[in-house]
Order: sequence, then structure tokens, then C-alpha cells
Amino acid sequence: MAYSDKVLDHYENPRNVGTLDKNDPNVGTGMVGAPACGDVMKLMIKVNDAGIIEDAKFKTYGCGSAIASSSLVTEWLKGKTVDEAYAIKNSAIAEELALPPVKIHCSVLAEDAIKAAVADIKAKQLAKASA
Amino acid sequence: MSATIEMPVVKDTFNADGHAHDAQPIYLDYSATTPVDPRVAAKMIPYITEHFGNPASRSHPYGWTAEKAVENAREEVAKLVGADPREIVWTSGATESNNLAIKGAANFYSGKGKHIITVATEHKAVIDPVRELERQGFEATFLQPEPNGLVDLAKFKAAIRPDTVLASVMFVNNEIGVIQDITAIGNICRENGIIFHVDAAQATGKVDIDLESLPVDLMSFCAHKTYGPKGIGALYVRRKPRIRIEAQMHGGGHERGMRSGTLATHQIVGMGEAFRIAREEMHEENKRITHLRDKLLHGLETMEEVYVNGDLEHRVPHNLNISFNYVEGESLIMAVKGIAVSSGSACTSASLEPSYVLRALGRSDELAHSSIRFSIGRFTTEEDVDYTIKLMRSKIDKLRDLSPLWEMFKDGIDLSKVQWASH
Repeated sequence: MAYSDKVLDHYENPRNVGTLDKNDPNVGTGMVGAPACGDVMKLMIKVNDAGIIEDAKFKTYGCGSAIASSSLVTEWLKGKTVDEAYAIKNSAIAEELALPPVKIHCSVLAEDAIKAAVADIKAKQLAKASA
Repeated sequence: MSATIEMPVVKDTFNADGHAHDAQPIYLDYSATTPVDPRVAAKMIPYITEHFGNPASRSHPYGWTAEKAVENAREEVAKLVGADPREIVWTSGATESNNLAIKGAANFYSGKGKHIITVATEHKAVIDPVRELERQGFEATFLQPEPNGLVDLAKFKAAIRPDTVLASVMFVNNEIGVIQDITAIGNICRENGIIFHVDAAQATGKVDIDLESLPVDLMSFCAHKTYGPKGIGALYVRRKPRIRIEAQMHGGGHERGMRSGTLATHQIVGMGEAFRIAREEMHEENKRITHLRDKLLHGLETMEEVYVNGDLEHRVPHNLNISFNYVEGESLIMAVKGIAVSSGSACTSASLEPSYVLRALGRSDELAHSSIRFSIGRFTTEEDVDYTIKLMRSKIDKLRDLSPLWEMFKDGIDLSKVQWASH
């Protein structure tokens, strides 16, 4: 299968690989996918008190397009508010990486990972506010 | 001797990172197809250019020359497998041979019964003709193999019904290289009056085949897995006791009416030469390939969480199918561009389903997604294997650093107990 140059670039030089401290109250974690389906993405975001995403890290088990999709979103997330992050659509990811139709699900998974990480940080903030 | 013959492609100048630039990757996909041996190609060429006659032309030397070449090749094919040349029918390849054998025998003998036994790990070229027969009113049992890929003889016996007319079991599996006990299965078929077909596409030149002693009625062959050209194969049809099949291709009555169509002389000559070389060199070649396979296996199995798929003892040395746990197969193939291999991962297929063969062994979806098939052959060198080991080890380390599953495994989390969000 032929990949776009952008997929190859992110696959070969993945940005922001790693893990943040999941016990940090300012860190939200989203893990989506399943090993049986051939892809699992873990996305972690660190949000400051102004609601801006300061840092983002990922680890992905999956095909080249899945790795590239998650690498790309970590770049996009930094500097965005959580609400802006929540609004990122899979179609934008697929378009940026020129994913073929059979790989669109990789971009869907990346969008799901963002939404899961945002939901996690919001739940943490809510817990902190009510504590 | 094969060591003096060089692989007819360029394969050099990879940088240390294993990335191919202008060069071709090292070919380790011999189970998909083999390069045509240069000796085979040389023998074929005159039959495209000067000896172009139709072997069915009886009225002039052009036809006689072609016919002689076809009959010489038929003898060579027969010799490799211990058959009589009159038992060899030319086809376009193993897919056609399997279709002709399975549909041809089932249709001819349908009055005797309408039940067929085959195995879940057969090639699609066996599974799909059997499925087609199901649509025509036959019933089929798809036996599940044991976790090592082999058919349990007791389970085979238990699947036999009074109306079982045909059984089809492959000699050597294309994905995992395991060798079925064809003699034992054939004997069970004989005792029960069942016609026995064997797909031997992956077996020629790798295992000894003697149809004089093997209890097999129909056997499929092709040239392109044994250093011959694509587009040519053969079906063995036993004469004593005589097995009848219904033709699937109707026309000029070639091949004693079993397969009409003008014979592709140059292709047939190529298959004959390829099978002659296989007969003369396979034992020496297998020793060399066994040594390379063992080297590759030892170089890879010392990593953590590595699983060999399929039995190692009852297996051709040409195949090594390994699952590298927590690494997805397609991303691994992308990482190892310096070698040409295939994967059981869903992502390398259009279907998005992982290998049905590995699933039939009871492998988890994860391990099926993480599998790589290395298949080595006549032109594989020690250096190729050394390079492959080094490349695989470094890329697997890199991808595991990227894998959340590897991280969880290292943290001692039991992945089978995690509630995954399905998608």
C-alpha cells in the first residue's frame, strides 16, 4: 500500500511519544481501540489552569496510519483549549494525512482518543471542584 | 549446484537503518512466489521464439517439436512426484487444479454421496470451490486443526459420514508451512471409499512425494512456487484405481478431455525444467535452507514475547511464521522495508480480518495481527539472514517503545482482563 509522505514522516519520526503522570490532576488520559481490532491508542494531555493544553503525549499499537494519526493530533493539541481540542474532527486528520478510505477508521480512532482524554480531564476537574 | 546461481534481481545498498532507496528489498516471500530460476528461463525462451508451434498440430514439424517438449516436461513433472506421465493434466496453476479436482470429482461422483471433508486452514482455492459445491447442494465439514496446525486423525475419522464422497487436505500449509500426514489421512480415505485430493502447491521441491506409494487420488501442483513461471500448473489424476473427473473447461478436448485449451508450450517447458531441478537438488537445498531457517529462528526467538505459529517439527524449513506480541504487523512491515515479507495482520489485507489460518490455530486476534511470515528459498544467503535478524530486533524494540500494550505488559497488567472500548 502506498502511503502519503505525511504519513511516512509521522510514522518514521513520531512526535511526542511517551507518557505523562496519569495521577497528576492536570493530566487527562484517553485510551481507545482494542488489541483484537489491531489498534489501540493512548493519548495523554496536560491542561493548565487556564484550560490550555500545555503538553500531549501518545503511544499507539496499530498500523502506520494509526501511528501517524495519533502523532499528528499531539502536535495539533498543544496550545489549544480543551473545547477547541474537543471540536477536532476525524475528517480534518484524514485530510491532512491523505488517508485512503480503508484507513479512515484510524482518524476516527484519533478523534475518539481526543474526546476520551478531554472527558477524563473534565471529570478530574469536576471532582476537584466538588472536593 | 544452486549456490552458483544468483538471484536474478538487484538487492544491495540499504543504509544502516534498513531503508531501501533504489534497491529492491531482500526477498523473503518465497511462499508467495519464487523467482524463476535462470536455468528455467533460458530453457523457456526458444519455445516463445523459434519453436512456437501448437503441440496439437499433428501435420507438421512445428507441432511435433512443441508436442515433444510438452511430453518431456510431463515426464519431468511425473518423475518429481512418482507418477505416470499419463496421470498429469496441465492446468493454469494450482487454483485451477484445485477447482478441477474438487468440483470435477464431486460432480462426477455425486451419485455416491454429497458430503465433503476439508480443513479450515486450507488455501482459499480449496475453501471456495467447496463453498461453491455447498451452494450446489453438497454439505461440507471444515475440520479445525490442532493448535500446532496439524489435523487430528481421530477427528478426521469422526467427521466421516456414510455419504462422504471427497476429502481435500493440503500437503504443506502456505502460511505456516506445516506438513500434514498425507499417508495416514489417505489410508483412512481408502478404508472408507473416499476420494482424496491433496493441494501440493507448497510441497514440490520441499518434501518427497511418491504417488506410487501415497494413497492419494488427485494432487494439485503449480510451477511458480518451485522456481518455475506463473500461469502453469498440473493436476495428478490417478489411473489405478482410475479416478474420473468432470471437465470444468470445455473445448477442443485437450488433455484427454479433462482440460481443453491450447497448451502453453513455453510455460510447460518451464515447469518441467523447474521440477527437474527440484528433483535433482532438493535434498541438498533443503539442508542449506534448514540451516538458514534455524539461524533466523535463533536470532529472533531470543526476544521477549515471540511466538512461532505452527508445528516446528512437521514443517518445511522454508517457512517461519512468527508473532511478535504487542507490535502490529502492518506497522512492522512498514518498519522493515529492507526485507520483503508478508503478515497475517488484517491491515495488510483488504478484508480488515486477521489471518483465518492463525485464528483457526486458536491464536488470539492480537497475535494474528502481530504475525510475520518469513519464507526463504534458493537465493537466500547467510548475509540476508544476518541482516534480517538485526533489522527485526531493532525495529521491534522501536515499535514496542511506541506500543501502549507493551507498556501495560511491562507494568504487569493482564491485557485479557482490560475492558477495551470496541470500535
